Amino acid sequence: MKKPIVKGSIKRRLSALLTIVAAIIAIFLYFLIQSVSRQIAQSSQDNILLASATSIIDSSRFNKGELSIDLPYSSLSMLDTVTDERVFYSIKLDNKFLSGYKFLPKADAFETNNIAYLSGNFLEQNVRVVTVKRLFSISGQPVALEVSVAQTLNGLTKTLANTSRASLVVGVTFFLIAAVLSFMLARSAVNPLARLTRSISKRGPKDLRPLATSVPTEMVPLVSSLNSLMLRLEKSLTRSEDFITEAAHRVRTPLTVVRAQAEMILRHLDKPKNRKHIKEIIRAIDESSRAAGQLLDHAMVTLRADNLVLEKVNMNQLISDTVERLQPVADLRDISLQYQFFCQANVVGDTILLQNALYNIIDNAIKYSPVDSTVHTTMLSSKKTYIEIKVNDTGSGFTLDEPSRLIERFKRGENVEGIIGSGLGLTIVHEVIQAHKGKLEIKNLVGGGACVSFFLPSH
Amino acid sequence: MRFFFLAISLVFANLTNAFEVEERAFFGNQTGKSKLSIISTADIKYFAPMIELFLERYPNYGIDYSVVSSTDVMKVMYSKKTSYDLIISSAMDLQVKLANDGFAKTYKPNIDITIPSWSIWNNMIFGFTQEPAAIVISKTAFKHDHFPRTRQELINKLRENPDRFKRRMGTYDLRRSGLGYLFATQDARATETYWRLTEVMGQLETNLYCCSSNMIEDVVSGEIDIAYNVLGSYANNHPLSDKYVVIYPSDMTTVMSRSMILPTSSGNERSAKLFIDHVLETVFVSSTQRTMYNLSLSTYEENSLNRIKLGPGLMVFLDQFKKQKFLAEWENAILQTEKR
Repeated sequence: MKKPIVKGSIKRRLSALLTIVAAIIAIFLYFLIQSVSRQIAQSSQDNILLASATSIIDSSRFNKGELSIDLPYSSLSMLDTVTDERVFYSIKLDNKFLSGYKFLPKADAFETNNIAYLSGNFLEQNVRVVTVKRLFSISGQPVALEVSVAQTLNGLTKTLANTSRASLVVGVTFFLIAAVLSFMLARSAVNPLARLTRSISKRGPKDLRPLATSVPTEMVPLVSSLNSLMLRLEKSLTRSEDFITEAAHRVRTPLTVVRAQAEMILRHLDKPKNRKHIKEIIRAIDESSRAAGQLLDHAMVTLRADNLVLEKVNMNQLISDTVERLQPVADLRDISLQYQFFCQANVVGDTILLQNALYNIIDNAIKYSPVDSTVHTTMLSSKKTYIEIKVNDTGSGFTLDEPSRLIERFKRGENVEGIIGSGLGLTIVHEVIQAHKGKLEIKNLVGGGACVSFFLPSH
Repeated sequence: MRFFFLAISLVFANLTNAFEVEERAFFGNQTGKSKLSIISTADIKYFAPMIELFLERYPNYGIDYSVVSSTDVMKVMYSKKTSYDLIISSAMDLQVKLANDGFAKTYKPNIDITIPSWSIWNNMIFGFTQEPAAIVISKTAFKHDHFPRTRQELINKLRENPDRFKRRMGTYDLRRSGLGYLFATQDARATETYWRLTEVMGQLETNLYCCSSNMIEDVVSGEIDIAYNVLGSYANNHPLSDKYVVIYPSDMTTVMSRSMILPTSSGNERSAKLFIDHVLETVFVSSTQRTMYNLSLSTYEENSLNRIKLGPGLMVFLDQFKKQKFLAEWENAILQTEKR
């Protein structure tokens, strides 16, 4: 059977597609978590900076126009609680520097609540600055007190490194789970296809009923086409079988009539010359009749080989039956048919085809054996899983250098003179054995005679 | 002796900044390539054993050790004229300020032992001693050895005998002593009794001192009976320490730590790092060898310790507004008679 042309796989394509989607989501998740945690970390740093700056500005008092600031110890120490941080501050009144670090950059993008944040650089350090502004009134004049507090980013960097690791773990875990799920999903998606395949391949070759398996909507057109194809196939098969039977009758019946007539004429003829002519006609008729039979056999074999009717076949029974059927033919030439079993064996196969094959082999042996000789049929088991059936004769053997070429259609040996044959016998045998996954061997025996043997898988 | 000892008094005068080197000593091999110059607030006598230990391990080094005051350390660093390889100072607040201002190089000590977290700040400052502030009391001051154990007990005793202790007390002059200011601010932060005690000391016309050693001398000579906030390490090591008792107040004992900084201007960074590792290893592992650096504080309740924490919190008291306000309050309490 010709192998189907494979292009891609629904399962693979589906799971690849889902995996890509999962990867995109995982990457998105990674960045999302990172950005959210960056915002959280930044805002918690901002909060503590704001608390610090607020505590400083809360400690400031104007007493008789004189500013006093009582920096709380916690205002700077709170910035250093979790991680060691360098801390900078600066206090300015109406932009005039009062205390702290004079050149600390101040944040001046004030929001409505007089708080501003800035990420900047001070003393070669990346720092976060918060500036808080408060308005006071000195003898009716408004003045702005600004407190800026800044902190290095050790803690923030550490937190971000941690969350970056965490979000990587989340992303990768998500991706792995999603990949496994998408694989499972893809498998379950093609499951109905597999079910359909199973139910089709389980069928016998003659079973061409419409499919009864329940399938998803998407597969209904496929199943409908399959059903209609099978309907047509059934019709065509029936037609072919009818044709073969018809042809057999049409060819054989007139030939039988012609032969009977010829025999009758022969009985009435006395002249040896005329008798010789008629005998030749009868011989030609025999040959045609046999050829027609074998052609039909061959056609039958070809048809059946594609649709084997598999059943358990008792080979012992089959061999003894076949030999019995050929006994009359052998008796005509005083040939003794013998068979011997070294084992009991069953094979799974098509009884009619196997019988036909064996019939052809033994018939051949009888034809090519000299009068008053013996044809041996033996069955033995070979290598446990195979059985071998061997037919030996004591004739002149095959004359071709390469006996296996005899399986070619219409090919006959060179020593066929006077023997009726079509050249199709071994071809039929070969096709049958091949259809059963067996092997055919043709060889000459040492010391004369031919040996045809075939191997079949045993059960 | 593996080193030659030279105690001299020099004045490094340059055009803009003058700072006074109180003592200077050279240790080890001065002609070799490996050099290390240390600027320190600790006496040569106090620190020489540590240097000797270092030279036992690394004999090829030559060490130049200069003693200056803590304010002069700042002058040297901010003038950026003279460079030293290592700074050792007891002024924790100033060390924090130096590091915070970017004068300290970060260094992760290359040692196998784990050192307590209080001893390192930001991989810039490396604390290596624990020195508690003590109350030193002359043995003649109280009958039947009924020495006060807490600040409150001391206040009570003083209030009971105001005449007995008039002008017989001593403490740091916060205006002149950085260490005194550090101790006082930490006391004030930790307990309210500090201000009550200062108030009482003011009423008793307490004498004010620049340094721990002077206070101890005056207790020994009988000039005063009680000295408050004296460095315990000095008091314990005085040859006449049997004349007085050293009391670590059980309500709360302030503990100071000397510390090292590797300045960014250091020219012999490798030597300085080696020395830092050596000091940390010595004090945190083999502290049994030298009692001077013994860190064992098991005799005090760990809970009553107020270990001064290295960190930006210390800079609060360096703020000019804060310092001005604190000193004003302190003067108000301690100098009551002058004002009257």
